[in-house]
Amino acid sequence: MATILETRGLTKYFGGLYAINGVDLAIEEGELRCLIGPNGAGKSTLFKLILGSYQPSEGAILFRGDDITTLRPHLRVQRGISMKFQVPGVFLELLVEQNLRIALQRAHRGAALEQELERLLELIDLGHQRSELAANLSHGQQQWLEIAMAVALQPSMLLLDEPTAGMSPEETFKTGELVKKLNASGMTIVVIEHDMAFVRQIAKRVTVLHFGQVFDEGSLDEIVSNEDVVRIYLGKA
Amino acid sequence: MPRWLALVDGPQTLGRGPAFWSVFGMIVLAAALLPTFVNAFAVTNLTYFLVWVFMALGLSLIWGYAGILSFGQTAFFGLAGYTYGVISINLGDAGLWTWFALLLALVLPAILAIVVGYFIFYGGVRDVFVGIVTLSFTLVFETFMAQTAGPEWTIGSARLNGFNGMSNMPPLTLPWGDNPVIFDGPAFFWLVLALVVLVYLGLRILVNSRFGNVLVAIRENPDRAEMLGYNVRLYQLCVFVIGSVLAGMSGVLYTLWGSYITPSSMGLTAAALPIIWVAAGGRKDITATLLATVLLTWLSQQLAVKGSQYALIWMGVILLVVVLFAPEGLFVTAWKKLRGGRRMRQNATVPKVISSPSA
Repeated sequence: MATILETRGLTKYFGGLYAINGVDLAIEEGELRCLIGPNGAGKSTLFKLILGSYQPSEGAILFRGDDITTLRPHLRVQRGISMKFQVPGVFLELLVEQNLRIALQRAHRGAALEQELERLLELIDLGHQRSELAANLSHGQQQWLEIAMAVALQPSMLLLDEPTAGMSPEETFKTGELVKKLNASGMTIVVIEHDMAFVRQIAKRVTVLHFGQVFDEGSLDEIVSNEDVVRIYLGKA
Repeated sequence: MPRWLALVDGPQTLGRGPAFWSVFGMIVLAAALLPTFVNAFAVTNLTYFLVWVFMALGLSLIWGYAGILSFGQTAFFGLAGYTYGVISINLGDAGLWTWFALLLALVLPAILAIVVGYFIFYGGVRDVFVGIVTLSFTLVFETFMAQTAGPEWTIGSARLNGFNGMSNMPPLTLPWGDNPVIFDGPAFFWLVLALVVLVYLGLRILVNSRFGNVLVAIRENPDRAEMLGYNVRLYQLCVFVIGSVLAGMSGVLYTLWGSYITPSSMGLTAAALPIIWVAAGGRKDITATLLATVLLTWLSQQLAVKGSQYALIWMGVILLVVVLFAPEGLFVTAWKKLRGGRRMRQNATVPKVISSPSA
């Protein structure tokens, strides 16, 4: 399988603090990867570097073999990278439907747009609230709306930053099934997550970040059998 | 109906359907017939109220729809006015020269807006700082024009005249055999009215189009809009230029209206007025902006004519009251109250859709 995303010696420091320190990461096409690690490990910073919200201090980012390190964010999105933020950034004062239309209209028009809109509303189970302001949705529903907006761009790689934050166990489970479904359709997905049950539900491969560096990588079973990982992350002394 | 025309109604504009458009048609018709019923002085006054509408609609687009608070509208207003003055005084009213001057008076603000806007948006200036930069720019321009009183400040045969302002520019003139059509009095009123209608309808289509969708997305959350693949800076620059050209249109029509333009039409007071009109009506809707602009320019004039020195203070009071009690603007708030009441009455008879509860 081809590598879709690669980071080489990716480093970002804020003043003297290294948020990301020489990360080499390779994501294969069609993979479903989980990024875990304690708070402050640099997970969200890594996503922001990949999407271009931050410029790296050192290192390079390659997407499908092209160097995108200095590319502006919207151009990265146009190449097929899409992201759901940690804090949902849906357009609160617009209707649910309008949120999706704005995401859809770049790639779709006319009847195809309407069809895709219905499909997405069904996917996130918000059809009955399509004419509601996004601000009136529950936190979990806003998360779904944002996932749907990210999916609307038909990305080849989807980055999900804590997609289940603030969700009930049932909602978390549904989100897991949604992520698996999207991955089965061929989308490469990278997920930052704290909920280990959720990680177990979806992940095939897990990367552990610690102090801005890759600490371990492997299947979930390999990861949890590593005593050092358990010590730094899972909280056992 | 063609797709683009159907966009006159949409999520980004209040009012739709036969009832709304019937009222709209009647108002336009009544306005068009007014010059046959009222005297010349009243026609001149009516024209004056309409002249400001373009600048306000431009600000509604920049600020209300795209979320960029610009104090630069009066700079482009002034630039357009002076451009028309300089060109028309030099070239006279023969042939189509006055129309050429009008065109140039719109092109020049566009070019300046591209340059200023480029540095603002591509330079990463955001939020309240855009207001500060545009206000500084406006005041610098005003100060510069105010010191052009000396005879050395002459372009061709047009003297800039400093704080006294520039005057005696010819009205718009169309050659028509031996009797050229001169756009003053009712003819000028009809021209301005036609432009108001055209610009209003054009903007309704624009804000409900895909372009308008992206504008409101940028207003709500520019970072999110960028993450949907939109070139946010380019959209901001485009909307800034469109709004500035509209300010220019007000500037050139104002100059034509009074055959006069002065630096004070760009100063701090002048720059604050469009903000008040737009905020008072409801900046996120062009219909509300249009109504508020006509109403408030009429009100200021009434107050000034009645000998009150407090017209501007009243404008300030109106702004304060609106910001405190109807932050969305008077007309938008009233409209939503009206609609909300109707929806509630409907819901009383139709069972409410139960939304799935979630944590």
